[in-house]
Amino acid sequence: MTAAVKLADAAVTLGGNAIWSDASLEIATGEYVAVLGPNGSGKSTLLRVLLGLLPLSHGTVSVLGRSPTQAKREIGYLPQRHAFDASTRIRGIDLVRLGLDGHRFGLPRPGRSVEQRRVDEAIDLVGATSYARRAIGECSGGEQQRLLIAEALVAKPRMLFLDEPLDSLDLPNQTAVAALLEQICRSEQITILLVAHDVNPLLAHLDRVVYIAGGKVLSGRPEQVIASDTLSDLYQSPIEVLRTSDGRLVVVGQPDAPAHHSDRHAHP
Amino acid sequence: MNPHLSLNPLTDLHQMTVYPFMVNALEAGTIVALMAAFAGWFMVLRRETFAGHTLSVMSFPGASGAALAGLPLSAGYFCFCVLGALVIAVSSRTEGRRNLTQESAVIGAVQASGFALGFLFLSLYGGILENLEALLFGSFLGITTTQVHTLGAITLGVLLFFLIAGRPLFFASVDEAAASARGVPVRLLHMAFLVVLGLAVAATAQITGVLLVFALLVAPAAAAQQLTARIGLSLLLSVAFALGIIWVGLTLAYFSDYSVGFYVATIAFGLYLVCRTARALAPRLSFGDLVRA
Repeated sequence: MTAAVKLADAAVTLGGNAIWSDASLEIATGEYVAVLGPNGSGKSTLLRVLLGLLPLSHGTVSVLGRSPTQAKREIGYLPQRHAFDASTRIRGIDLVRLGLDGHRFGLPRPGRSVEQRRVDEAIDLVGATSYARRAIGECSGGEQQRLLIAEALVAKPRMLFLDEPLDSLDLPNQTAVAALLEQICRSEQITILLVAHDVNPLLAHLDRVVYIAGGKVLSGRPEQVIASDTLSDLYQSPIEVLRTSDGRLVVVGQPDAPAHHSDRHAHP
Repeated sequence: MNPHLSLNPLTDLHQMTVYPFMVNALEAGTIVALMAAFAGWFMVLRRETFAGHTLSVMSFPGASGAALAGLPLSAGYFCFCVLGALVIAVSSRTEGRRNLTQESAVIGAVQASGFALGFLFLSLYGGILENLEALLFGSFLGITTTQVHTLGAITLGVLLFFLIAGRPLFFASVDEAAASARGVPVRLLHMAFLVVLGLAVAATAQITGVLLVFALLVAPAAAAQQLTARIGLSLLLSVAFALGIIWVGLTLAYFSDYSVGFYVATIAFGLYLVCRTARALAPRLSFGDLVRA
């Protein structure tokens, strides 16, 4: 079976600065993977490489056994974004439809039932049926996020890339969306790669963690990677991973602690 | 014969259409309303009303520049509106994305230099610009058949643009990052849209005047988007509102002493007010899906 994503000895340089290098990584088909790491470490950059939007400066990358540009059509992508504001007068269902044919030029075609059924299915899959016909600006952050996931899913991709999908959600919604994505990953057998800044809402669901820090990329099972010795090695400074009584992981000693992630939205 | 508004629409219509200039005005108004409704709908959706307003201001240096160069005023309108659109499109993006902070600053600068150039051309021209009031506030007198044909051709082109590029433009307007990742040429579409908006503004300004073009561009779309979130219905309402505004405006202007621009702007504003109020009251009055959806 071909790996869903394979990086060998890969490096990325942006504007003369090396973002990360010596990255070797394999993600199997159907895995639910989180990309973690401090701000500006190159998490979104990894997604952009896998989408074929950014070339490697060294090494090779393959997605679904092909080059990223060739595989692009089989990837659903949900970019990092801010919420739609209340005055956005667009229905969720029309937004989801864009995932199917929004990129196509040409005359509008009257309501084709096949496409409409795909849209309804995707909306049903994320549990958004009850509010998909409301203006998206009137939906809550969690509802908007589910509709955006449906938009990314509607074209039946084999992989789903999400950039900070839990960002700007409250804690119950973070947990719910993390669980929803696992359910989609298992039932539709889609490989899911998501960028996150807090692993805790995801921890119970993940198959793999890709951790990027200090210009290096590390990948493995969550408990392997998020461990004191592994992270200390990666950051080359003492890091402690503590487990709280309710099972949450706390990383202490990170140069860029999550307490001040004000530049989280800046593009690396 | 002095026209008088009767309560019989047929008599009124007959009174209005006895003069060829009024037939031209009605035709031009209808054409322009169609174009303004579509361009305005996307303008409101994309939050580019400030750009739209600035492009309408560009008609002023356009007109005075044309007077100075001895060209037809409408040629000046079109040149300057399209030029303004290109400047805004090129300089309002950073790293391939819309930068809203920079965009509004660029648009403001374009507007200021538009006014400045207009005054410069006017003083170089030396004379008083004929029909200055009509230029600013609109007039339906003296629209020639050739003008109607030109407006018709431009409208055809503009509508064709929206027919072919409407879906990706909508995608790019709602979620530019996602559209860009899916291969939609967002930068090119942004530029094309602003140029089309410039054309629509230049055309509309010939009837409503430079200062009031905005009313026909923004009000029908904004009012329609208050009433419904359905794309098709919203566009349809926008067109219906624009046609209604221009027809009623022209009729009232014909039967009274006030300029068509005044009526168009006033009716447009009133309509928007009514639609907003309807939406605000909708939850209590339960107007049904049209207002709530």
